[in-house]
Amino acid sequence: MNGPGPAQARIAETVSRGSPSKSRVHRLPNNIRAMIAHTGLLGTSFIMIYPLLWLTASAFRAPESIFVSPGLWPGEHFTLDNFSTGWRGLGFVDFTTYFTNSFIITGLSVLGNIFSCALAGYAFARLRFPFRRTLFALMLCTIMLPLHALLIPQYILFSTLGWLDSFLPLVVPKFLATEAFFVFLFVQFFRAIPRELSEAARLDGCGHFQIFLRIFVPLSLPAIATTAAFSFIWTWNDFLQPLIYLNSPQNYTVPIGLSLFLDSTSESNFGALFAMSLVSLLPVIGFFLSFQRLLVAGIATTGLK
Amino acid sequence: MPRPTTKMPSHARRIRLSSRARESIIGYLFLAPWIVGFVLITLGPILASLALSFTDFSGSFDRMRWVGFDNYIRMFTSDRAFWGSLKVTSQYVFISVPILLMFALAVAITLNRGLSMLGIYRTIFYLPSLIGTSVAIAVLWRYVFGEHGLVNHVLAVFGIEGFSYIGDPRTALGTIIVLNVWTFGAPMVIFLAGLRQIPSELYEAATIDGARNWQQFWHITLPSLSPLVFFNGVLSMIGGFQAFTQVYVVSDGTGGPAGSTLFYTLLLYQRAFTQLQLGYASAMAWVLLLMIAAITALFFLSARYWVHYGDEQ
Repeated sequence: MNGPGPAQARIAETVSRGSPSKSRVHRLPNNIRAMIAHTGLLGTSFIMIYPLLWLTASAFRAPESIFVSPGLWPGEHFTLDNFSTGWRGLGFVDFTTYFTNSFIITGLSVLGNIFSCALAGYAFARLRFPFRRTLFALMLCTIMLPLHALLIPQYILFSTLGWLDSFLPLVVPKFLATEAFFVFLFVQFFRAIPRELSEAARLDGCGHFQIFLRIFVPLSLPAIATTAAFSFIWTWNDFLQPLIYLNSPQNYTVPIGLSLFLDSTSESNFGALFAMSLVSLLPVIGFFLSFQRLLVAGIATTGLK
Repeated sequence: MPRPTTKMPSHARRIRLSSRARESIIGYLFLAPWIVGFVLITLGPILASLALSFTDFSGSFDRMRWVGFDNYIRMFTSDRAFWGSLKVTSQYVFISVPILLMFALAVAITLNRGLSMLGIYRTIFYLPSLIGTSVAIAVLWRYVFGEHGLVNHVLAVFGIEGFSYIGDPRTALGTIIVLNVWTFGAPMVIFLAGLRQIPSELYEAATIDGARNWQQFWHITLPSLSPLVFFNGVLSMIGGFQAFTQVYVVSDGTGGPAGSTLFYTLLLYQRAFTQLQLGYASAMAWVLLLMIAAITALFFLSARYWVHYGDEQ
């Protein structure tokens, strides 16, 4: 590393800094390198996004023409019928019911996660009490715990409580800060809030609940938004738990309704299945596009997925 | 917290003690929802499933018997589906996670050159990781890799005749692996944030020393990102072991064809909720937990040999 050659080169480089370097003859010009990078990235993006575009195109295409070509333009086969037939679902329960259920469960989960995880986050970040470190370590451990290891006793618990085939098993745990990721997010965020702020409020006679509500909550809107967005997306996509806990079609969420629809779809009905798949993705995509900045910042700091 | 503690009047000290006690009470009040949830929804169930794993519980506590290690013995000695699912899941995790991470890293490094349209690329690459576990995408995947699906249409353009990749035991798992790699956007965004943190002086010095691109990657980029490789590796591994929706939907809940997509979680679900072998499934749940814990522990133990933290030297 420290031979005379490189050292001399270093001096030469330092001297000639600022002018275009002639020593890098082995490198391609920057604009060509950028072009190569763009070509690769565009190709990758195109391949990645193509299935989604195909899904969208197929949803607007007459069912008999879907599996004829890989192209995207529906042309003469354009139709909106898939959405109206699809929305009726299996006849006795339509997608209005599924969407209503999904929105109720998702909305309550978002509220529950924000409420309970912010409270726990404040306790871990700012309050001192016995066993705080132990409890914090336990909380972090639960992030790694696979859901499947808890599923059966949880099922027994909720069935003993008579909660099967209701939204309670899906919603109540969210009010009990069981999504440790979000607790961790709030802890990280609250720790960054200057202590002087809460000290000043304490001198003015504010209790912890007031400090939490009037100072920490308003200052942590990015953390709240990240929690809201990921709660929404995870709950909206969740399949396993609604599959286990919900039995009657009136209570099904969109993913369960969609999988039921898939099971009963005949060859002629693919268009409707594709249309409903597309519609079921729209809330997540919409949420993502409107909160994009916050989400990207949020996962970059905490590694949420 | 440093506070002047000398020469305090005794009544002041009593007040301070009680304020600390009050802070403890308030702390536990703030933490109350979490504690209830931790005890009832997490800790209780994890212990209960351990207890259930030593029983033949099948839905009624009256007829439940203790069977000792029978469930575990049966699992390891006579349940071929168990070994099959273990193999399928390991292949899935240990093939898709490294590819996913390499892809995420390669794209992040390419994006980090200060190219234009960064935001658009990032959006396109990140979006799949948000919808990758949804039923809708699993439905789509069935028709992308089906006999008359998108892939075969594209191949037909080149005169290649394909087959149903979902329906063939040799390729079915591959389609699920592709689905997982498709969601590389989440680790990519984390890598991208990490790349921004690497001081540019390091690269400048290396360039002056005549280090080539791949040398810079090997000696600067990779060591600097190793904590994030570690982080993404652990998370993707844990997530991989829990993959469920994709295989359930793609294989109609069967794990077929010929058990080629019978993931561990799917077998556990079948044993528990269709065959009501809840005791046996609890034993499977604990084996899954121990496997994940063991692999996570290996990650942490190996970390000192390959994970470099900036403040070490």
